[in-house]
Amino acid sequence: MYKLLLCWRYLRTRYIALASIVSVMLGVAVMIIVNSVMQGFTSEMQNRIHGIISDVVFEAKSLDGFPNAEWHEERIRQVVGDQIAGMTPIVSVPAMLYYQWRNTTMACQVQLVGIDEKTQSQVSDFSRYLQHAANRQAASFKLRDGGYDVRDHQAGPEAPERVQMQDAGWPHRRKMAELNAWQARMDAARRPAASSPAPPAVARSPLSQKSSAPAGKLGAGGSAPAPQVDPFAGHPVAAGSKAGSDFDPAKEQYTGVVLGIAMVSCRSSDGQEWFRALPGDDVTLATATVAQPPKLTSDKFTIVDLYESKMSEYDANFVFMPIGKLQELRCMYNPTTGVRNVNAIAIKVKPGVNIDEVRDKLQKAFDPDGYFYSVSTWRDKQGPLLAAVRMETAILNILLFLIIAVAGFGILAIFYMIVVEKTRDIGILKSLGASRSGVMGIFLSYGLSLGLVGSGVGLAAGLLFVRYINQIAKLLGWITGRPVFDPKIYYFYKIPAVVVPTTVAWIVAGALCIAVAASILPARRAAKLHPVEALRYE
Amino acid sequence: MNKSPRYNNANMFWSTGVPPATEKAGETPALHWKPREGDRSMVSANARSARELIPPKNGSVPGGYQISTVDLYKSYRKGAVEVPVLCGLTLGVRQGEFLAVVGQSGSGKSTLLHLLGTLDAPDRGQIHYDGRRIDKLPAAARDHLRNRQFGMIFQFYHLLPELTTLENVLAPLMISHGVLSYLRHRGEHRARAEALLATVGLGHRLKHRPRELSGGEMQRAAIARALIAQPDLLLADEPTGNLDQHTGQEIIKILRTLNRQQNLTIVMVTHDRAIADQADRMVRLANGRIEARDER
Repeated sequence: MYKLLLCWRYLRTRYIALASIVSVMLGVAVMIIVNSVMQGFTSEMQNRIHGIISDVVFEAKSLDGFPNAEWHEERIRQVVGDQIAGMTPIVSVPAMLYYQWRNTTMACQVQLVGIDEKTQSQVSDFSRYLQHAANRQAASFKLRDGGYDVRDHQAGPEAPERVQMQDAGWPHRRKMAELNAWQARMDAARRPAASSPAPPAVARSPLSQKSSAPAGKLGAGGSAPAPQVDPFAGHPVAAGSKAGSDFDPAKEQYTGVVLGIAMVSCRSSDGQEWFRALPGDDVTLATATVAQPPKLTSDKFTIVDLYESKMSEYDANFVFMPIGKLQELRCMYNPTTGVRNVNAIAIKVKPGVNIDEVRDKLQKAFDPDGYFYSVSTWRDKQGPLLAAVRMETAILNILLFLIIAVAGFGILAIFYMIVVEKTRDIGILKSLGASRSGVMGIFLSYGLSLGLVGSGVGLAAGLLFVRYINQIAKLLGWITGRPVFDPKIYYFYKIPAVVVPTTVAWIVAGALCIAVAASILPARRAAKLHPVEALRYE
Repeated sequence: MNKSPRYNNANMFWSTGVPPATEKAGETPALHWKPREGDRSMVSANARSARELIPPKNGSVPGGYQISTVDLYKSYRKGAVEVPVLCGLTLGVRQGEFLAVVGQSGSGKSTLLHLLGTLDAPDRGQIHYDGRRIDKLPAAARDHLRNRQFGMIFQFYHLLPELTTLENVLAPLMISHGVLSYLRHRGEHRARAEALLATVGLGHRLKHRPRELSGGEMQRAAIARALIAQPDLLLADEPTGNLDQHTGQEIIKILRTLNRQQNLTIVMVTHDRAIADQADRMVRLANGRIEARDER
């Protein structure tokens, strides 16, 4: 009883102990905050990866893929049919993307993904990340007549407006077509007047000039003179199915593609986004055919939407297009039978199903040796990334736990002081019959209560901090004059934070253990004090 | 106050070396007396019931002393020098006696009291309490003895500064009881502590901290604390040493009354002759021995 009473009184009267309470508090709060933010980032990322990749991917090892997706889907259903919620065939191939921006041809390396827009939404969150509300309902490769999101639908109201998206879609396309037509007329008007025509213009054949005219109208910036920038003018395929004088860009579109948003946008430090291409602009995609030796093949496409998963790796790499068009482009079909090839089948399993088990079953049923097919889960696909995040979290936790350990040394030092200060009281207690273990108990429970108070306050502070982390980040940014959470770097406007109760419990338990462990030494010293010497101490 | 059987187990460790019962009251115990060999081992071997080992409450060993020392030696080290404090001190105190020990500073008065109170162990010699040897008891038994049988008063009062007067008085009970049993008996403990404080004239100072009390008040609180566990022996180390004469007299009056009314044995160390004169008996300590006796 006296232990509790004294420990309570010491807690209330020894203000020096506040220092150790504060250090425990800071340690606990920081650990909770960091863990929550790390967990927030991790789960956000996992959700996105998972949403994009789908649960299990059944894919061919060869880039040529495997024929007859329907047969494979049937087989898959036979093997793990009761566990499957949806399937969709996929063709995935590296490609080059070209588009016009101001006066330049921008080129980037992309992963071209042919999807079946009807079944794709069964297996992944593809449509959820599109910019047009109707496309989110049912993805379509038809250009929409305006109505694209001006605000990021995944972010809160604090996200800045994307002004350029206002007239994306057909209005933008019509405007650009008009501009290009005007440009072409200007060029045509200027050409005869030129005193000495430039040699390339003379060298150009009438045929190529004719076929390149519509291609030249791709330019998003609109000011680019057409002929020089079309790299595929001479290529038979590049002329495109609709190439010809009868193609009116103001009324017609090429096959639709969905571009990852990071390919065509950049973000300034105030969060404002700028787009180099919008839905309605035309792009050229070039890839290789499946034939050996592979031939370059390319075609023109119209951007119908932008894809924003907020995983920069995907947003900067993925271009989605209708699977049939891609199969044609790459000649992925048997000309005699008409059976088409696909690269992969993405599988969505029913909730609660162990995806590793599904993977193993499929691998065993199709190709136990893994020569032609490989089956992997979304975790396997992003294994190194997820493992890296896990390791980062672990290392951070170890480092941060050292903070609490430092707090423990603070407690140790302060307790030693208190024991010295309380020497006489210890003598008194012993003269009243308090046992060694009783005296030790006073200081151990004192340490425990310091730990309890410190971690309790730290818990509250940490949770509050996590709750208001964005406001705090904003405040800090305002004070220091530079944004703490720069939206230029991250795809999130807000700092994601997820509080995991078990982690919090572990942190608090660890802090308590350290507080008690740090008080063992001073408590032992107190217990060992000789009562006579303690009483003589004046 | 009920003493739980748990604590009585501690008595199993007590030796049964009985001081010579043949001696007359007031006489010095024979210096050649030695406890019989094997006394300690006999206790554990015979495994007597705990009941038999409880010292008789308020009843002294017939013809013997309540507390007595035989040939006590104690020295302290000060750096490399060994300073002898007690050199063969032999002393006996009877049940209900008020003994004053006087002597110069450094004559070993306080050391004697600490040894009697089992706060310290002698280098040589024996201490007997109620017929049992207590100087070599294990720590738990000594703690128990200090908590239940001995009350101690110090020159500097030694109240715990964080606790109120009432809590200071209750401290021995808090030590002897676990949390639950203390809380169960809280009401009766409180009542007893308040009654005790009222008898020493501190009924109006229950909620005050020691630093808000005067020296005399603190010493009264210390006396109340020493009495709360209903001890058989009160050890007072210069109880008036820090008080003015008038307050000192009041304290002595309280002790005197306790001694008379409750037949409480008191051993008081003092250097003040006037205070010592009020005791039943006085012994003078010099050079680590009893130098003079005043039987009166």
